[in-house]
Amino acid sequence: MPVDATLATLSDRLLVAAILVYSAAMLVYAAEYSFGRRSRVGPAAAPAAPAGAAALVGAGAALAAAPVSPAVGGGTGPAVTTGPAGTGSTGRPVEGRSGTAVAGAAAAVLTVVGLLLHAGVLVTRAAAAHRVPWGNMYEFAISVCFIAVLAWLVVMARQARGERRASIRHLGAFVMLPVVLLLGLAGTVLYTPVVPLVPALNSYWLWIHVSAAVIASGVFLVSFVTATLYLIREKYDRVTAAGGTLRFPATLGARFPAADGLERTTFRVIAFAFPVWTFATIAGAIWAEAAWSRYWGWDPKETWAFIAWVIYAAYLHARATAGWRGRRAAWIAVLGWAAMMINLFGVNLVITGLHSYAGLQ
Amino acid sequence: MTGTVSDLSTQPAPVAPPPARGGLVVVLRRGWRQLTSMRTALLLLFLLAVAAVPGSLLPQRPLNPPKVQEYLDAHTTVGPVLDRLGFFDVFASPWFAAIYLLLAVSLVGCIVPRLRLHARAMTTPPPAAPKRFDRLPQYAEPAVIAADPVAGAAAVRAVLRRKRWRTTVRTAEDGTVEISAEKGYLRETGNLVFHTAILALLAGAAAGVLWGWQGNVLLTEGNTFCNTTQGYDQYDLGQQVDGSDLPPFCLSLDRFRATYLDSGQPSSYAASVRYGAGDADPRRPVDIRVNEPLRLSGARVYLLDHGYAPILKYTDRYGQVFSSPNPFLPSDLVTLTSDGAAVFADANQKPGERARTRNVEVAFEGVYTPTAPESGPRVRSVFPAERSPGITLAAYRGDTGLGSGIPRSVYSLDQNQVQKGALKLVGSKFLRPGQTWKLDDGSTLEFVGTKQWAGLRVDEDPGQKVVLVASVLMVIGLIGSLTVRRRRLWVRLAPGAGGTVVGVGGLARTDADSYDEEFRRTVADLGRATAAQPVSAVED
Repeated sequence: MPVDATLATLSDRLLVAAILVYSAAMLVYAAEYSFGRRSRVGPAAAPAAPAGAAALVGAGAALAAAPVSPAVGGGTGPAVTTGPAGTGSTGRPVEGRSGTAVAGAAAAVLTVVGLLLHAGVLVTRAAAAHRVPWGNMYEFAISVCFIAVLAWLVVMARQARGERRASIRHLGAFVMLPVVLLLGLAGTVLYTPVVPLVPALNSYWLWIHVSAAVIASGVFLVSFVTATLYLIREKYDRVTAAGGTLRFPATLGARFPAADGLERTTFRVIAFAFPVWTFATIAGAIWAEAAWSRYWGWDPKETWAFIAWVIYAAYLHARATAGWRGRRAAWIAVLGWAAMMINLFGVNLVITGLHSYAGLQ
Repeated sequence: MTGTVSDLSTQPAPVAPPPARGGLVVVLRRGWRQLTSMRTALLLLFLLAVAAVPGSLLPQRPLNPPKVQEYLDAHTTVGPVLDRLGFFDVFASPWFAAIYLLLAVSLVGCIVPRLRLHARAMTTPPPAAPKRFDRLPQYAEPAVIAADPVAGAAAVRAVLRRKRWRTTVRTAEDGTVEISAEKGYLRETGNLVFHTAILALLAGAAAGVLWGWQGNVLLTEGNTFCNTTQGYDQYDLGQQVDGSDLPPFCLSLDRFRATYLDSGQPSSYAASVRYGAGDADPRRPVDIRVNEPLRLSGARVYLLDHGYAPILKYTDRYGQVFSSPNPFLPSDLVTLTSDGAAVFADANQKPGERARTRNVEVAFEGVYTPTAPESGPRVRSVFPAERSPGITLAAYRGDTGLGSGIPRSVYSLDQNQVQKGALKLVGSKFLRPGQTWKLDDGSTLEFVGTKQWAGLRVDEDPGQKVVLVASVLMVIGLIGSLTVRRRRLWVRLAPGAGGTVVGVGGLARTDADSYDEEFRRTVADLGRATAAQPVSAVED
C-alpha cells in the first residue's frame, strides 16, 4: 500500500507540537520545583519510621469500624485512609492554593496534553505507513519516549495515591528533560521518512518483540531518572548530615522526596521493566530463529541486550546484598540505562550488524 | 548478606559453621561458601557484562571472518595478541566460558540449599504468633467481639482461606486461639524456577553446539542440491554429528522472486523450491521466504541472500560451445551491483589432440549491473531489479591456474596468474543481453541473460526446544519472584471479660510498605466476618 503523505506530514507536525508542549511542561515543572516551599516535601529526615504508625491507626480503625459496631465506628466509616498523626511528619505535600500548586497542576495537564499529541504522532505515522510505528530507529525512539512519559504519569499517580503520599509531581522536569532531548534528537538526527517495512521486518514478531522492547526501554528511562534523583538526594543527605557545603548537583536534593522513597520507586520500576525486557529478548530470539536460523548469534544488538540484561540482573541482586543496597545499586541502575543507550545509538549508528534498521544512510 | 529481607538472593540462609576438620576441607569449604556468596555472584555478573563488550566492538570470526582479517592486517602489533587471547571469538573463548561456568556453579550452590529450605517451608505450618502484635510493622488495635474464640476463629479462618492464605490454628490452655497465616510462597518458587531455568537454558544451548549442524549453499534457478556434506559450499557440524547423520532430502530451486519499491527498497523475497525426502525426485513445491523457513523433520531451510547469475556462452576458435550461469556476488546490497567471473578452462583445445595446451584457456571477470546507468561508466547499478541489465566484462587468455588443483574462489580470477603474466588481458566490453562480443582470435562471447540464485542455509539445533521452554519458565519465574510478596498475618482471639478480644498483626518479609493496603483490607474483611456478633471496643 502506498504511503499516505498527508498523514505522514501531520505526524511530523504533531511531533513538533508534542516537543513544544513537553518543553512548556518542563518549564512549568521547573517553576514549581524552584519556587515551591521547602516544606512541600517535608524535612530531610522523614524516612521509614512513621509508615507503620499511619498504617496501624488506619487498620485499627477499619477493624473497629465494622458496620455493626456503632459504638466504635462512630461516623468514621470504613474508608479511614490515614490517621491524622502521620500527616505532619511523613513529608506529605502541604497542598495550599499557592501559585506553585497551580503551576504543578498546570504542568501535569501540559504533560497529559503532550502525551496525547505524542500518541497522535504514533497513530498518524502508523496510519501513513499502514503498519506498526516502530519500523526504524526514529519510530523506535519516539515510541520509547511515549512509554517513558506514560510510565512517569503512572508512577506519579501511584505515589500521590499511595500510602505515604510523597508527591513527586514537582520532579517532572527531570523526566521531561531526557524525553525532550531524545525526541529532539529523534526528530533531527534520526528522522526517517515514512517507508514500508523491509522484508526482514515483515513479521508479526515485529509487533511482539519491538513493542516489548519499547515498553521496557521507556520504563527503564524512568528508573534511570529516579536512580539519578536518588543519588543526588543521597549525596545531599550525606553532606547535610556531615555539615559540609553542598555543591551542584547535590544542592538540588533539598527539594527531593526522601532518598528511601526514591530508592523504592527505582526498584519497583525496574522490577516491572526487567521481566518485560527479558520477554523482549526472548521474543527477539524466537523471531531470530525464524528469520536468521538461530535464536542467538551474538549480533551486536543481541550482545548489548544481553549486557543490559545482566546489568539490571546485577541491580536486583545488589539491592539484596548488604553494602550494595542504596548508592551502589543506584549506580548500577544508571549503568543499565547507559547500556540501553549504547544499544540504541551505538549499535544502530556505529556498529553494523543484523539489527541495522536505523534507516539512516 | 545480612538482615535485608527483600530477598532476591539465591544464597541460602547462613548455616552454622561446620566443625573444624582438616585444613584442606576448611579451605574447600570456605572457597565453596565464597563462590556461592551473593557478592561473588554479583562480581561474576559484572565480569560477564564487561567480557561481552569486546564481542560487540571487535570483529568476530563467527559473524564476519573477512572483517577480522581486515583488522589483523591493519593492526599488526595488537592484532595477533588479541587473536591469541580469543578476542575475535569472544563468546567461544575460554575466559568467557570460565565466567559463565563459575556463575552456573555458584548458581547451583545457591539453588540446592534453597530448594531444600523452600520445600521445608512449604510443608511446615506458618510459625506461631509473636507475643506482642504492637511491635510488628502492621497491627490492628484490638477489638472485642461477642462470639467465643473458637467460633470467631472459624469465621476468621474461613475469610483467610477464601483469600488463599495458608493457615494453622493453635489453641492455648487458657482458651486463647491463635491463627497463623502465611501467603506468597510463589515468590520463592518463582525465584527457584527462574534460576533453575537458567541452568536448563545453558544445557539446551550446549546441546545445540554438540548435536547441531548447519550448511550454506548457493543454489541457482534450475539446480538441485542434496543434503550431504558434499552438497554444501560450506558446512559446520557439531562435535557429536557425523556427515552420515544429516537427514536425506533433496531440494531444487525453480524460481527466485524479489520485488522492490520505486525507491529500490526491497519489499519481498520468495524462493520457489521443490523438495523430496531421501533420493526421491524433489516434487513438493513450497515457497521459502524471509521469516518463513521450510521446516522439515530434522532440518530447517532458510533463505538468507540472493543475487544474479549471468549466463555466458563462449564459442571457441574451433567452434566448441561452452555455456553456464555464473553466480555473481553483490558488492552493493542496495543496487545489487555484482562481481563475478567465468572461467572456460577447457576452451580452445584443438579437437582430436590429446596433449593439453594451457595458455589458451579463457576467462572473464566483470561487473553485472541489473540496471545499468544510461551514460557514464556502467559499472554501478542504479536499481536492484533488472530494468536495463548489462554486464561489463574483461576477457583474459592464458593459464587460469585452475589446472594447479588448488581450490580457489569461483567468484574471481587468480590474480597471481594475472600478475605473473600467465593470464593476459585481451580486452573489455559492455554487453546487453543477447549481444555478442567477438574477441581478437575469432572466438565469441554471448551474454545470453541471467538466472537468479538464492543463498540457502540448512540447519538443525536439537537443543532449541529446551532453550525455548527454559526461557518461558524464566519469564514466568521472574514475574513470580518480582511481584509476589511473602507475608504473614496473625490473629489472636483471647477470652476476656466483655467478650473475645481480637488482635491482628502482620509482617511482610518483602516490600513491607506495600503490605499496608492489603493488611488494612484484610482486617476490614475480618471485622465484617466477625461482625455477625455485636462488637465493642476494648475499654481502656
